[in-house]
Amino acid sequence: MAIRAEHEIHRRRLSRNLGVGLTLGAFVVLVFLLTVVKITRGDPMQGFDHTPESAPGVAQPAAGQGSAAP
Amino acid sequence: MTDVHVTADPKEAGFGDYVQLLKPRVMSLVVFTAAVGLLVAPQGVHPVVAVASILFIALGAGASGALNMWWDADIDAVMRRTSGRPIPAGRVEAGEALAIGLALSGIAVVMLGLAANLLAAGLLAFTIFFYAVIYSMWLKRWTPQNIVIGGAAGAFPPMIGWAVATGGVGIESILMFALIFMWTPPHFWALALFMNADYEKAGVPMLTVTHGKRVTRNHVLVYTILLAPVAMGLGFTGIGGPVYLATAAVLNAGFLWGALAIWRRDETVAQADGYRVEKRVFTFSLFYLFLHFTALLVEAALHSHGLGAW
Repeated sequence: MAIRAEHEIHRRRLSRNLGVGLTLGAFVVLVFLLTVVKITRGDPMQGFDHTPESAPGVAQPAAGQGSAAP
Repeated sequence: MTDVHVTADPKEAGFGDYVQLLKPRVMSLVVFTAAVGLLVAPQGVHPVVAVASILFIALGAGASGALNMWWDADIDAVMRRTSGRPIPAGRVEAGEALAIGLALSGIAVVMLGLAANLLAAGLLAFTIFFYAVIYSMWLKRWTPQNIVIGGAAGAFPPMIGWAVATGGVGIESILMFALIFMWTPPHFWALALFMNADYEKAGVPMLTVTHGKRVTRNHVLVYTILLAPVAMGLGFTGIGGPVYLATAAVLNAGFLWGALAIWRRDETVAQADGYRVEKRVFTFSLFYLFLHFTALLVEAALHSHGLGAW
């Protein structure tokens, strides 16, 4: 005979697991939305593109290139 | 044949018990006042940043609530009003509350720093520290002035909301802080007058326990008198206006009237009618704060349409 364990404790565990799962899901969505907003609005950020910058957003010409222009 | 009876005590926590740890009713006040602080600020923020910031401020407030429940579990078990909380009821272990409080505090502060700015995050961190350490661990069991100084913890949220939008502190945010700070003592002392037995049993040095109800009634009146100019002063700043000032005038007149009624009353009369006036003033004080901040919101809406400002 199969054991059927229906108890208050199981309901509480289910509510806890669902609650934590949904909360984490909501947190992921929130961080994603925040990231999209921050990127699309161009908030201060550092792009790691290996371009030397004297200040954020002001790229320096690579060595030897600046004087080579006609 | 042998019958086996298993009587497992269902003490395991459900998700709702963890939500209770965060004091959702306090959180709702924090969400409201922080949102007003953010919305009335002269600079706007992106709606997603605004919603996220309010959520993280609320989460930080909830975390400090969990830390408070961890520290005060012994007092909560004694007091009738708090004996049903998750830790004294045995559904959540004290260590769990500590872990949740610390983890959520860290998440809330770091995320607010990333979502908004470092000043807002710093203010939130200080608020959590102030409520959990300065108020809960130190002042609450030590001095009858506990709620006077501890009230600062509840007063910070509009200041944090303002900092989210502006990145700074202004006279407006300081006065919003002062409004809640000055409102807290008469609000809680009105409650303490009719919940005195609980505090006495738990050994919490509320003013009603250490100095008696006559002194508490005097204090309610004095603090309500001191509160009025702060509330009215906010009306003359950039976020105030005629609507706020008219609302504040009516509400402060009402609160002063109630405080005067409390001050005039004798303890035997109060006991005879079941603290009717004290309970009425306590309920009024909740509306008092809610309506002041609602009036600020109305002013902000009017200002955005070129109306209402001085």
